[in-house]
Amino acid sequence: MVQLTLPKNSRITTGKTWPKPEGATNVRKFQIYRWNPDDGKNPQLDTYFVDMDNCGPMILDALIKIKNEIDPTLTFRRSCREGICGSCAMNIDGINTLACIYGMDEIKGDVKIYPLPHMPVVKDLIPDLTHFYAQHASIMPWLETKTNRPAKEWKQSIEDRKKLDGLYECVMCASCSTSCPSYWWNGDRYLGPAALLHAYRWIIDSRDEATGERLDELEDPFKLYRCHTIMNCAKTCPKGLNPAKAIAEIKKMMVDRSV
Amino acid sequence: MADVNRGNRPLSPHIMIYRPQMTSLSSIMVRLSGLGAFAVAILIVWWLLAASTSESAFLAIDGFLRSWFGDILLTLATWALWYHTLGRLRHVFWDFGYCLDVEVSEKLGLGMFVGATILTIITVIAV
Repeated sequence: MVQLTLPKNSRITTGKTWPKPEGATNVRKFQIYRWNPDDGKNPQLDTYFVDMDNCGPMILDALIKIKNEIDPTLTFRRSCREGICGSCAMNIDGINTLACIYGMDEIKGDVKIYPLPHMPVVKDLIPDLTHFYAQHASIMPWLETKTNRPAKEWKQSIEDRKKLDGLYECVMCASCSTSCPSYWWNGDRYLGPAALLHAYRWIIDSRDEATGERLDELEDPFKLYRCHTIMNCAKTCPKGLNPAKAIAEIKKMMVDRSV
Repeated sequence: MADVNRGNRPLSPHIMIYRPQMTSLSSIMVRLSGLGAFAVAILIVWWLLAASTSESAFLAIDGFLRSWFGDILLTLATWALWYHTLGRLRHVFWDFGYCLDVEVSEKLGLGMFVGATILTIITVIAV
């Protein structure tokens, strides 16, 4: 259901303002969401000041600098620092993206950072993605075949392979699903843009032989049809993919097979 | 992981911190304009019903709808109806698989706003 406010335990309070770095002339203000499962307090917005003359260009560089030099308790996921692992997805300056490939120069003024929206928070910028991953698993993200296994490999023409472009690049960072108002209000039953993009990736794979079963599984007022083409997903995808288009293609296939 | 606090995890902020997008705004406005036009449609039906009921019933609702406030209300409803129509037309394009790129959808979102305004002005002048 639509909620315009946060539950009592989730309301954000003003947090600590950490001291400015000494001797720095080019300082930028960061406001970062903090929640510690061990202190029993509500989430809070901490303020940090980062010396921009002595920091890498990306948001992740600033986060790592804060953790190394100001506050070692700041908690976030990160790994590859080049937009391929999908770990450092978070809400930066009002949109969801990967901290490692989002430049500080893309933001005007202070930098506000929150965890991915409308998710249970494990700690600070780390959301609990258990349900998101379970939804991905539910669309059978693997090749389903019925014919006998070929002697060497499942072959695919160059044209058929091209159909997977714009789909296979997804890194499962959850930026799209957690940007989607439909997913916010009905994420328990609506699969969300990421899982549906993956569903389409297997539906149109020329080698897959379970297309009908896949569509059967999705033919549901919630799983698929909670998508109202709001397009926050496509707008925010840090890899430039378009889940809205993939979902529209699934809806078209639903119509095609019933007329 | 027995010591992990799972029960009282806060919900991360959502609509209150997410930057409004052209596509998300136009989406919610299609809904709100539909609701608005529906509300005014009830008034119009009331008007017609009153006309067939009695003179006093008609004069009451007629006085309201023809007042300056009624004029504003009906002009806004006209805008809402045009906006909603254009919004649903955009859904038709989308359902056929067209105009699904973000840039095109954003232009259509702006076009719906401008288009509804122009069509409302034409309607007000013509009627």
